[in-house]
Amino acid sequence: MDSIMTNRNDFWWLSPLIIVIAGIIAGGYLTWAAFQGEFFEWGPYLSPVYSSPYVPSWWKLSPAFLLLWIPAGFRITCYYGRKTYYRAVFADPLACGVEEPYRKKYKGESKFPFILQNIHRYFLYFALILLVLHWTELILSVFYNGSLYFGMGTLIILLDTLALSFYVFGCHSLRHIVGGKTRCFSCDGCPKKAKISHGIWKKVSLFNTFHNRWFWISLFSVGVADLYIRLLAMGILGSDPHIIL
Amino acid sequence: MNSKFRIYRGNQQKAEYKDYEIEVQEGMVVLDAVHKIQAELEPDLAVRWNCKAGKCGSCSAEVNGKPVLMCMTRLSSLPEGPVQIGPMKAFPLIKDLVTDVSWNYEQNKKITPFTPSKDTVWKMQQRDVERAQEFRKCIECFLCQDVCHVLRTHKKHDQFFGPRFFVRTASLDMHPLDTVNRTELLKEKGGIGLCNITKCCTEVCPEDINITDNAIIPMKERVADQYYDPIKTFWGKLFKKNVK
Repeated sequence: MDSIMTNRNDFWWLSPLIIVIAGIIAGGYLTWAAFQGEFFEWGPYLSPVYSSPYVPSWWKLSPAFLLLWIPAGFRITCYYGRKTYYRAVFADPLACGVEEPYRKKYKGESKFPFILQNIHRYFLYFALILLVLHWTELILSVFYNGSLYFGMGTLIILLDTLALSFYVFGCHSLRHIVGGKTRCFSCDGCPKKAKISHGIWKKVSLFNTFHNRWFWISLFSVGVADLYIRLLAMGILGSDPHIIL
Repeated sequence: MNSKFRIYRGNQQKAEYKDYEIEVQEGMVVLDAVHKIQAELEPDLAVRWNCKAGKCGSCSAEVNGKPVLMCMTRLSSLPEGPVQIGPMKAFPLIKDLVTDVSWNYEQNKKITPFTPSKDTVWKMQQRDVERAQEFRKCIECFLCQDVCHVLRTHKKHDQFFGPRFFVRTASLDMHPLDTVNRTELLKEKGGIGLCNITKCCTEVCPEDINITDNAIIPMKERVADQYYDPIKTFWGKLFKKNVK
């Protein structure tokens, strides 16, 4: 008999299941952390979830929400992110070769609301600004009270900032902007410019190859960095192992 | 050693899976088994094949529900139990494992062919052709078309080119000596907006072409440049650049 859903007999359901579980854990924790509005800084450290350099006096919500729309929007409209939730959440399709309900009015990303995915490039511009903020906060945390402070938190925030950088630098829209949009790198007659633009495009393409991995690594690294600082601020972790130069 | 097979038999009016059991040897691929069944048990079993080397793209089928080339799928790589072999689901069945893939050739005709300028100097740099070279590996097996849910499930054959022809369009639009902008074609006739980039086409490609990341997404970005980027459009108008 021909199966209604699929004739696949491998573990095709495992990948969407893992993605849903990982998404609930990471998304759930980060949402909870954003709503807390406290225990987000300790000593030299500021949680990456709360990376706004300025909180206006009239702002009544958690300071996390000042900038959290940037990474949220960037990830929701991310080409890899889209693939992930179209499959695991919308079952559109759940896995390759697995049937889904036939919809005569299927419009994909050609009509509202999913046509809005085309604004991904705007979220990229803001994400690049946010990345500068993350690096600035990391450097400021090292220059603490007139000395150089290197703690376990510095290492965790460094790894998180690197993961976020690798994720953003592999963005498909960035790959398009830095060279993908061109038909020909060498055709304007300037070999030096062609070499540089092609070189940048190749580097972004290299990051792009691992975009899916950095999507998940950076999602969890933000949570780990926030959790570490939160545990320090709450006094659950007694101290931050460090050296001062 | 004997192995069991379930092969789709019939035509559009009536079809069902039939069970077969044959002796198999080490190293056999699915196409070998189908040929053995054809030779020993079912002389009228219809199967399309040609090179048996994964280069002609003729023996596309669904083995245990996965779109694959039968000649490149070793029996030893499949799990225990009967091997289920069916035709591609995205195209009309002719008989048994053979489908009518002529729709694909009609899509191909809609794409503006390679159009160099009249005074073209036939000289290119490697850095400018390497993107399009990847797409030249395509053997037109149409497995990507078969697995794409826009065609397979939602039957948008009248509005959607499918991954194979996004690859072909990308190979032309990324060619350094071509002069035609096919963005409007992709959006209007090609229906690239229907693609929700779930990467199944990339997963099944026997030539390992990175269809989604290297062809479809770059083309979607070009469509976004031209139709969905108000700042770029405003900037273009401000400085009188024709962004379209």
